[in-house]
Amino acid sequence: MVVPDIGALWRRRSKIRGGVHPEPRKESTADKPIVANFPLPERLYLPLQQHLGQPAEPVVRAGDKVLKGQLLAASRGAVSASVHASTSGTVAAIEDYPAPHPSGLPTATIVLEPDGDDRWVEEGAEIDPFGLTPDEICARVDRAGIVGLGGAAFPSALKLNLGWRSRIRTLILNGGECEPYLTCDDRLMRERAAEIIEGVRIMLHGLQCPTALIAIEDNKPEAYAAMRGAAKNHGRIEVVQVPSLYPMGWEKNLVTHLTGKEVPAGGRPTDVGVLLHNVATAYAVQQAVRYGRPLISRVVTVSGEAVESPRNVETPFGTLLSELLAFCGHRPERTARYVMGGPMMGDVLPHVQVPVVKRTSGILALTPEEVQATDARPCIRCGRCVSACPVGLLPLEMMTRIRAGQFDAAVSFGLRDCISCSSCSYVCPSRIPLVHYFKYASGELMARQEAQQKTERTNRLAEEKRRRLERAKQAAAQRKAQTAASEHAS
Amino acid sequence: MSKVYLPVAPLTHADNPVQAIMAQVVLALVPATGFGLFLFGWPAVYLFSITILSAVLFEAVCLKLAGKPASLFLCDGSALLTGWLLALSLPPWAPWWIGVTGAGLAIVVGKQVYGGIGQNLFNPAMLARVALLVSYPLEMTTWVQPAPIFSEHAPGLLQALGITFGGGGIDGFSGATFIGHVKTELSQGRTLEQSFASGQFGLAEAWLGWVPGSLGETSALLVAAGGVWLLRKGIITWHIPVSLLATVAVLATVLRLIDGDRYFGPLWHLGSGGVMLAAFFIATDYVTSPGSPKGQLIFGTGCGLLIFVIRTWGGFPEGVGFAVLLMNALTPVIDYYVRPRIYGRDHKGRPLKLPEGKE
Repeated sequence: MVVPDIGALWRRRSKIRGGVHPEPRKESTADKPIVANFPLPERLYLPLQQHLGQPAEPVVRAGDKVLKGQLLAASRGAVSASVHASTSGTVAAIEDYPAPHPSGLPTATIVLEPDGDDRWVEEGAEIDPFGLTPDEICARVDRAGIVGLGGAAFPSALKLNLGWRSRIRTLILNGGECEPYLTCDDRLMRERAAEIIEGVRIMLHGLQCPTALIAIEDNKPEAYAAMRGAAKNHGRIEVVQVPSLYPMGWEKNLVTHLTGKEVPAGGRPTDVGVLLHNVATAYAVQQAVRYGRPLISRVVTVSGEAVESPRNVETPFGTLLSELLAFCGHRPERTARYVMGGPMMGDVLPHVQVPVVKRTSGILALTPEEVQATDARPCIRCGRCVSACPVGLLPLEMMTRIRAGQFDAAVSFGLRDCISCSSCSYVCPSRIPLVHYFKYASGELMARQEAQQKTERTNRLAEEKRRRLERAKQAAAQRKAQTAASEHAS
Repeated sequence: MSKVYLPVAPLTHADNPVQAIMAQVVLALVPATGFGLFLFGWPAVYLFSITILSAVLFEAVCLKLAGKPASLFLCDGSALLTGWLLALSLPPWAPWWIGVTGAGLAIVVGKQVYGGIGQNLFNPAMLARVALLVSYPLEMTTWVQPAPIFSEHAPGLLQALGITFGGGGIDGFSGATFIGHVKTELSQGRTLEQSFASGQFGLAEAWLGWVPGSLGETSALLVAAGGVWLLRKGIITWHIPVSLLATVAVLATVLRLIDGDRYFGPLWHLGSGGVMLAAFFIATDYVTSPGSPKGQLIFGTGCGLLIFVIRTWGGFPEGVGFAVLLMNALTPVIDYYVRPRIYGRDHKGRPLKLPEGKE
C-alpha cells in the first residue's frame, strides 16, 4: 500500500504506522542452503568488544595454545559478554585491529592462528535443559557469550534475567528479517527449525513465561511452514505471519502488532510484559544450554550484485569479511559500497579487512547501479517522510530545525524518539539523508549535555573548594582567638 | 576498495525523484489543458505557451543570479509546472503581457525571493493570479464563449496573433462565467431562478467545461480525472482534496436548503470554475500545505470554507486564489501545532502511562 487512499481509512485495522516497501532482493540467497564447510582462514581476528557494553577482559596471552570453544576473554562489568576461540590454534597477539564499524578505527583484538585441527575443548555432556533452574539457564547463556543476533548485540543472559525478574507474559521471537537482501534468519528457520523451537522452549522455561509468539513476515512461506511444523506439538508456542513491511522487525512494532500494547516512550517492551529475542539467538541458546557450546560462529548472508555466487555461510567469528567475500566470488572492481548488515540500517564500511563479529548478519558488496548515489536536492515538503515514519514524527520539520541549528525545537518534534530506521531517507524524492541529520543532532545534543554536566561539576567543585577554604580560615581564626584567649587567661 | 565513502544507510532508495513527481503532475493536467486549448483556440495556445516559456526563463535568470546550477534545478520541472498552473487559471484570450507578468510574479516574487524550490510560503501560481486580478481586473475577468479551434467562428492563426499580441477586440466572443453571472444578477435584486433563465447555463455543460471560464479550469470532469489519477499514483494523498470538496459541498447544501432563492447547490459549486483544480492541483502543492495528514485535513477544510465564503458573500466572483493564499499563510502555524501522535506518547507528547501493576 503506497497510497493511503480513502478506503484505507476503513480497511486499516493494524496499529502499525508508516513503513516502506523496499525491494526485497532476497531471491539470490533465499533458496540456497547454508554453506557449513567454509574453509578456516589463516588468521582470525576476535575483537574484545563484539557486544553492547564493556569490552571483555582477555584471559589468555600471546603464544598460548587454545582449543575450539575455549574462553579467550571473560565478560566484565554489568553489561558485557565473553569471547571464545572459534577454532583450535595459537594466540598470535592481542593488539589493536580495525573494527567492523563505519569509522574503521582500531580496537583491542585477539589474533588467533588456527592449527587446522579444529579440535573442541572437551565438550560437556549433553544435558536436559528442562531440569535446570532459570538461574542456571541464564548462567549457561552468559557463559556461552551469547548476544542478540538481530543486530543490537545486547547480552542475552541479561535480557533473560531482566525478563524473568519482571515476570513477562509473552516472549516474542523476531523472525521478521525485514531488511532487504538478508536471508540468514530465513535459512536458519527453514533448516534448523527444531533447534530454534527447542531454544524457544528453553527460553520460556528460563523466563517462567507462559507463551511465545514467533513472528515471521509473510514473504517467507517456507520458513513459516517449517517453524509451524516444528512447533505443532508445543501448544505454548504460536507461529504467526506478520505483514512484509519495513521496519516490521522494529521490536516495538512487533509488540504493538502482536499484543495490541504500546510501549511507553523511554520504556522497554518488558514494561508491558513482553520480551523479544531474535530467532538466531534462540538457536544459539539451544546450542549453549543443551550442548554447552559457546557462540563461536553464525550464519552470515553474503550478497549484492558485486558477488558472483551470493549465499548464506556459517562463518567462524574473526574471519575477515574480505575472505568471506572472496569465498563467494567477490568482484571488487564492480563494488561501490560495502555494507555490514542490511542496506537500510547497516553500517557502511570503508573497507573489508575487518572481521565477522557476533552482530554481523550480512555483508553486502553493492554495485554503483544498486547504490544509485546522487546528491541531495532541496526539500519540497512532499510529506512522504511523514507517511513513512513508523514512530509518527515529522522528519521534514526536524530536518529544517536542525539545519537552522535549533536542536531544542527538533527535540520538541520528537528527535529523541527517532529509531534511525531510515524509512524517511528511503522515500525522500530529494534524496536528503534525513537520518544523518538526526544522528548528527542527537550526537551534538549528547555532547552539549556532557559539556554542561562538566561545567556544573566544575562549578560545584569550585564552590566546595571555596567553602572548604572559608571553613579552614574560620577554624584558623577561631583557634587563634582561642590561643590568644588561653594565653591571656594564663 | 570503495572509491566514494558515505557514512550512512540507507543504500537503497524508492525510485521517485523530484522530476518524476513533477512530470506526473504535468501529465495529470494534460487532459484538462488539451480540452481548454481546443475549446478556446489559437489565442489560448499562444497565451499558454508564452506563460510557460516566460516562467522557465525567469527561473533560469533567477538561478543564474543566485549562482545555483541552472541545468540541475531547471530539470526538476517545478518552474514548468508553476507556469502551467498559472496559465490554466488565466482568461484564455488575455493579452500576452498578462502571461509574462504573471509568470514573473510567480517565479520571482512567489518563489525565488524566498530561496527557490521548497522555500516559498505562498503558492506561486495563486500569488501571481491574485496579484494580476487585483492589478488588472478588466483583463482578468474578460471571458469568452467557447470557440473550438478550427471551428467556423474561431479566430485563425493570424487573427489569434492579433488577440494575444495586438490588443485586438474580442467583443463578439465575450461571455460570463456562471458564478460571475449569478453574482451580478443577485446584486441587481433578481432571484436565482431569474438569473438561470437569463443566462442559459446547463449543469452538464458546466461539468464538461463547455462554458466561458479560465483556460484550463472549465472542465471539472477532466480536472478531477487527472486528480484521481494522481491519487492512484500516490503523488497526492486524499486528505486535502476530500476535505476541501466536502466542505464546499456541505456548506452549499446547507445554504441551499435554507434559502433556495439565493444560493445555488453543491453540484454547481463543484462543477464551476477552479474548485476542482484547487482541490487536486493547487491546494495539494507540497511546499505550501501542511506535512501531517491531520494538518492537511484542517488545511483542506479551511480552503473549502474560504472558497465558499468568498464566492458567496465576497466582492470577487471567484475565491480560490484568495482562499489558498490565506491558508498558505496558516500552514506554518498548522504544522507547528498539529502533529501526529508519537509512538509511546499521548497527544500532548507525554510518555504513555504504564499498565496497572507495574511501577
